[in-house]
Amino acid sequence: MSAKSLMRIFGLALLLAASQVLAGPKIQHWTGANGSRVYFLPTEGLPLVDVRVVFDAGSARDGQQFGVATLTAGVLDTGAGSWNADAIAQRLEGVGARLSTGVSRDSAFLTLRSLTEPKLLDVALSTAHEILVNPTFNPADFEREKKNLLVGLKQREESPADLAGIAFFRTMYGDHPYAHPKDGDIDTVEKLTRDDLERFYRQYYVAANALVVIVGDVDRAKAQSIADGLLAGMAAGGAPPAIPEVPQPASANSVKKAFPSAQTHIYSGLPGMKTGDPDYFPLYVGNHILGGSGLVSKISDEVREKRGLSYSAYSYFYPYRQLGPFMMGLQTKNETAAEALKVLQKTLGDFIAKGPTDKELTASKQNITGGFPMRLDSNQKLAEQVASIAFYGLPLDYLDTFVQKVEAVTTADIQRAFKARIDPARLQTVMVGAGDADKPAR
Amino acid sequence: MLTLRRLGCLMLAAPFAVQAAPPKVSEFKLDNGLKILVQEDHRAPVAVSQVWYKVGASYEHDGITGLSHMLEHMMFKGTEKHPPGEFSRIISANGGSENAFTGQDYTAYFQTLEKSRLKVSFELEADRMRNLKILPAEFDKEHQVVLEERRLRTDDQPRAKLAEQFDALAYSNGPYKNPVIGWPDDVAGLTVADLTEWYRQWYAPNNATLVVVGDVDPQEVYQLARKFFGPLKPSVLPPVKPRSEIEQLGIRRMIVRVPAKLPYLAMGYKVPVLKGAAEEWEPYALEVAAGILDGGNSARLESRLVRGQQIAAAVGAGYDLYSRLPSLFMIEGTPVQGKTLQFLEKALLAEVRKIQDEPVAQEELDRVKAQVLASKVYERDSIFYQAMQLGTAETVGLSWKTVEEYVDKVNAVTPEQIQKVARKYLVEDYLSVGYLEPLPIPEGTVAPEDRAPQGGQHVR
Repeated sequence: MSAKSLMRIFGLALLLAASQVLAGPKIQHWTGANGSRVYFLPTEGLPLVDVRVVFDAGSARDGQQFGVATLTAGVLDTGAGSWNADAIAQRLEGVGARLSTGVSRDSAFLTLRSLTEPKLLDVALSTAHEILVNPTFNPADFEREKKNLLVGLKQREESPADLAGIAFFRTMYGDHPYAHPKDGDIDTVEKLTRDDLERFYRQYYVAANALVVIVGDVDRAKAQSIADGLLAGMAAGGAPPAIPEVPQPASANSVKKAFPSAQTHIYSGLPGMKTGDPDYFPLYVGNHILGGSGLVSKISDEVREKRGLSYSAYSYFYPYRQLGPFMMGLQTKNETAAEALKVLQKTLGDFIAKGPTDKELTASKQNITGGFPMRLDSNQKLAEQVASIAFYGLPLDYLDTFVQKVEAVTTADIQRAFKARIDPARLQTVMVGAGDADKPAR
Repeated sequence: MLTLRRLGCLMLAAPFAVQAAPPKVSEFKLDNGLKILVQEDHRAPVAVSQVWYKVGASYEHDGITGLSHMLEHMMFKGTEKHPPGEFSRIISANGGSENAFTGQDYTAYFQTLEKSRLKVSFELEADRMRNLKILPAEFDKEHQVVLEERRLRTDDQPRAKLAEQFDALAYSNGPYKNPVIGWPDDVAGLTVADLTEWYRQWYAPNNATLVVVGDVDPQEVYQLARKFFGPLKPSVLPPVKPRSEIEQLGIRRMIVRVPAKLPYLAMGYKVPVLKGAAEEWEPYALEVAAGILDGGNSARLESRLVRGQQIAAAVGAGYDLYSRLPSLFMIEGTPVQGKTLQFLEKALLAEVRKIQDEPVAQEELDRVKAQVLASKVYERDSIFYQAMQLGTAETVGLSWKTVEEYVDKVNAVTPEQIQKVARKYLVEDYLSVGYLEPLPIPEGTVAPEDRAPQGGQHVR
């Protein structure tokens, strides 16, 4: 509900944190009956369980069929086994369960939240099992979901923020599989067929490419039966090839797209870091000072607090399997777009040239470590943390060591890491708003 | 299933028993009138603290709309004791996260902290409850920030623009006709003097509720609150005028034409809410009616109009029974390509008619109630959400106890009651309809500079 923080959740979702305060949640890990990887964290206090099944089947696996990963995930729960969409929805909602599917650039996922009462949980799990293992890809459901996706893609085109985000990724990633929007483009989605989805499903929704995360008020034996039951009968398959490395742009680039809006939306950045990156901590803590800590960050201070130029101004590293984006962003009335961009880039340039002060570093460490318990204060947040650790192969004690790794970061580490990763002379910049279009964004 | 942006989907309650100890709320009141609500949740060593003021956009009158929201922004800009920006720096250095939000019926401020830091929050909130210093230079900058917020949230968003103009159509004299962020000229015309007076009138312990949820001991919270908030002086509060909306005497229609890609339809019926309801069961029956229409993928709108007839790409129904004044039962949708807004409107009206004409099947009702019950458990996973519910109920003039009664009251709703409220309130004479008709988005043109803002909740 907080728009200010929501804008940042984009960046925060993958930032993993740690605390000794919580006495280290102990993640249990094993290999399931058919070869899938299982991660389990028991919790107490509420009679509910969060289950996530994650596949390496995000939009980076689209090939040239941009949108196929999104549409595949979207069609899964519209028909499975002997049930149509109505029957599936009635089964789940009749027991108060919540199920959703979706994709990121790296992954496809099914999330299920259910009460733990066995009568209810069993219905929820057996429904999720059919969706995962026996989806029917009924042609009528496929056509409808495709049309509705196309409506959604059209809606993006009335949002300068969405258009700017899409253009920014294209500019930054070129031909890399991270370049296209995760939901695809209108022309590529129009060409998708039902068989394309089934083919995508058969290749990627396989046990060797799956992991199951279970966080909730169940015991280990129950967790084992949940994991084995969910994927029972799923083809073993194989792991997909690695996502290619991301090349760094050779030089700075600036794209402007005219749009009849009162504000210009600006993104500026570069491919930044990977999950599990050796420079993760210096970059994360450094960015917290630069633009990742809300109103007290340097970028927000310069753009909003000192000059009143934007409601929201920030920077983030968003780690992916390969180099994910480092992005700075703001929105401002068209007349002050050039000024705001200058302030944004100067703030970055000064930060890289001078590095943070000891005082700034201390303040950020206090916020990160003092706020650590809040990253693990709900079942849902724990499930998200465990899923990230599992999917990106981070150590199972990641949360136990997080705080000490943050504490170990020095101002010199930050300056070195930023200098190595972010070359201000190569920034990729996109502006969408009123004004002269010197080059149409794609 | 792929879902487009839709109205927040509701709730749900149930025919099965679920074992979860009900959360316990402790209530206190200080001599100066500050009410304190504490709910224990010991799952993590964390606490959320929220200060709710009984003031918001619906307390404003013409010409000063947006004042409550602008004041909310200035609440971060310093007191006698703390210079501008220090509030946020202190919270940050304590590991906390903070924000604030303004609605029609409230202005609220919150911090989430490790539990031992709760006193940091109390000390700062108590200070800015009575000692705010609105500096002209800070006001000038923040004024610009709020104008940018308007552009971001309303001016450049076709549906938000429709929503803003829709409220102005649906309400004639009631204060919900005005957007929370304020009308453009009103916002531009706000002054330091306006804010100072508004602050003096409404920011006092006897107009506030402190809500704490988390790993805390209620008695300790009370003692801590007494220490920091106890010395504050109460105010003589201005009387709140009733400003009841006049009776609507026939359907109202509007068209909003803006550059956009998709047509969009909004429909709203004037309905009662819990506060001031003549019959207490009526709002709960409306709540269940909203669930029958839009309580998930199995509910009628999704299964009949998105899947069955394939008229809508997205649909939603929404009703909020926790507001200070009667509000709207909303239905909205986006037609599929090739279908018109008129066609979609007819289909939605036909669904409303079915609720009036035929009793809801028991199985359908059970499904709605099952979801209500499960949701009650799920929402306890968030201490913030729990605090929100208590604060909202208390601030709109209901007791927090109404939050506890919710599941039982929803469970008591019968098929006949749903039919009754649908026949009484979901009728043409109480309906407003808004169409968003897209204009082409021209390439390379320059947009008009400033336009209007939007309703709903505004966050700093």
